[in-house]
Amino acid sequence: MAQHEFKHALVVGASSGIGEALARRLAADGARVALVARRESELRRVMDEINVAGVDRAVAVTHDVRAVEDIPELVQEIARVLGGLDIAIYAAGVMPAVAADEYSTAKDREMVEVNFLGAVAWLNPIAERMARLGRGTIIGIGSVAGDRGRSGNPVYCASKAGFHAYLEALRNRLARVGVRVVTIKPGFVDTAMTRGKEGLFWVISADRAAEIILGKARRGVVTAYVPARWRVVMTIIRSIPSFIFSRLGI
Amino acid sequence: MLPENRLEWVEGWGMATGGAGYVFRLRDTSGVAEALEAARSAGVPVVLRGAGCSYGDAALRPESVVLDLSALDRVLAWDPETGIIDVEPGVSLGALWRLVIGDGWWPPVVTGTMEPTIGGMLAMNVHGKNNWRRGTIGDHCLEFDVVLADGGSRRISKENDPDLFHAIIGSFGQLGIITRARLQMKKVHSGLLEVKAVAAPDLESMLLLADEAKEKWEYVVGWIDAFATGKNLGRGQLHLARHLEEGEDPDPAATLDADAQDLPGRLFGVVPKAQMWRLLKPFTNRPGMRLINLAKYLAGSSLGDDKVFRQSLAEFSFLLDYVPNWKNVYLPGGLIQHQSFVPMASAEEVFRNQLEICRECRMPSFLAVLKRHRPDPFLMSHGVDGFSLALDFPVLRGRREELWAMVRELAGAAVAAGGRFYPAKDSALTAGLYRATFTAGRLDRFAELKAQLDPNRTLRTALADRLLYG
Repeated sequence: MAQHEFKHALVVGASSGIGEALARRLAADGARVALVARRESELRRVMDEINVAGVDRAVAVTHDVRAVEDIPELVQEIARVLGGLDIAIYAAGVMPAVAADEYSTAKDREMVEVNFLGAVAWLNPIAERMARLGRGTIIGIGSVAGDRGRSGNPVYCASKAGFHAYLEALRNRLARVGVRVVTIKPGFVDTAMTRGKEGLFWVISADRAAEIILGKARRGVVTAYVPARWRVVMTIIRSIPSFIFSRLGI
Repeated sequence: MLPENRLEWVEGWGMATGGAGYVFRLRDTSGVAEALEAARSAGVPVVLRGAGCSYGDAALRPESVVLDLSALDRVLAWDPETGIIDVEPGVSLGALWRLVIGDGWWPPVVTGTMEPTIGGMLAMNVHGKNNWRRGTIGDHCLEFDVVLADGGSRRISKENDPDLFHAIIGSFGQLGIITRARLQMKKVHSGLLEVKAVAAPDLESMLLLADEAKEKWEYVVGWIDAFATGKNLGRGQLHLARHLEEGEDPDPAATLDADAQDLPGRLFGVVPKAQMWRLLKPFTNRPGMRLINLAKYLAGSSLGDDKVFRQSLAEFSFLLDYVPNWKNVYLPGGLIQHQSFVPMASAEEVFRNQLEICRECRMPSFLAVLKRHRPDPFLMSHGVDGFSLALDFPVLRGRREELWAMVRELAGAAVAAGGRFYPAKDSALTAGLYRATFTAGRLDRFAELKAQLDPNRTLRTALADRLLYG
């Protein structure tokens, strides 16, 4: 039996943006999908829209990723309800506006808790489960922001960089037992997180991003920029020496 | 929460169907209560599993408790005078025949592999190549102990509760957990069989020869070249076998020695059999299997036709064990089997139709086997007075849905002719097709017993969900 089917899916951060688009695509492809997010009304909207055809493809699970102690039981319960768990996607993330001279521990803590700790708390039990079964796919939605420490939002960059490193380590642990871990680094995607922000370019829709992401995951790609042209941009940006990068003001 | 350290991938023998399960491996029967309680508190059903020899989803259900009974493998009592044996459900058919053969006994019904457990064999009410003569394994069970879903236990025999006896055997583990069985073995005077190979040029001849042979021969099994078409459709070879009578074997003590029965570990004394499937792998495609089927037929119809020879009981009976791990040739997708049981009068037409459907869909069976059957008294019986045709299919990437649809079409042809199906082999039937093979009274009786013995449907498999409760 195929090790990398996408029949039973879990999407954390499914109430909006890339997570929502991924959930919709997976359901449209025939998967049963557990939608996990904090905002109950938004989650219900997504679930109802997916289930509109009368087929109960989606189930909603209201959960704040900061409630880490609830997660192992939720993972088991979700797998039970879906009848399995072939693919898990962590797409939850926050990026509060941070002024150039602002050092808000409260905001930074929220970003670390949602973007990084929440991911670890969800993906750890999922990784353990998939390792036991010798199959499954994990996708982490990171960001191009995790490739360099930008002055604009230090902890957002740090949380995504940490997430990338965690995903890479997870991949190195799990590859030998047949579990895939895919790191996705989206560029600018038209979501609530980016809407209204200035200086954006090459913006793609969340649905297009979801299409690319699932295509990459199905092909077994381990790290992907979305869209692919960001790989070129980020290769250049990563190679800029620090003394020059610090003067660019990005 | 169920203990995560019990989580394992559990799949059908054909490797085409599987799911995660919380596996409880019992060391003794007291563990049944613990597993039932764990399942109850987690709100999940319990699946019974022995050696996992059912092809599809009969011994699995995703995210459920899997009660693995294979380690309950003690022989509790053996009487070489009467041939009566008491066993725990995890005793394998292999362990059983090895124990009894030295005393001049043999299991009256054996499957094509010696791996199944007695518990699994009773749950599926298996048959062998002598189904016409000896019925199913249930016909040779004298009594059994069963633990019900509520934890209570009963001792059931044909005499003290014929209704429940004939319902639990063959109900694929949906009415209770068999924890001990008493079986009657069959007396044999030699460890050898007389075997005759007969070529059949077409389906009509195959069915005719098989029907005639059943009167004289204990075992009748036909192999069909499912790639043959036109006037050759249904051609193949029959293997007929009978036990030697007393005095026919010059040295019965030697042939009845279990070690003498063992299948050789190497082919021609050279090639390790455990690796042979790797040699077969390059041929596991349509052109390769067409060639192998053709070569087998040509060899059988020339060199092998009307050939009479002696063969050990194990060698004749357990063909599926002859090449260990042969199913691996079907990886990565695995294989499924469909077996239709069709009454005599319609068998030729239905099987012809089925072979044509496979050809039209360009999904010919890689291995096709014919057997002669008889009805039996069990509630969820698959037996008919007729024939069965078992068809193996590889599950190829991108063609899974198409294959499932084709199997349902094959099944539809059998249903229309009053046919039946065998859950141990199935992966693809719908509830509608399966239920159509029973009279309403039988299904109603099963539903009544289920409601009475297991009202919460604690005992439940993916197969039962698909065929009965879906």
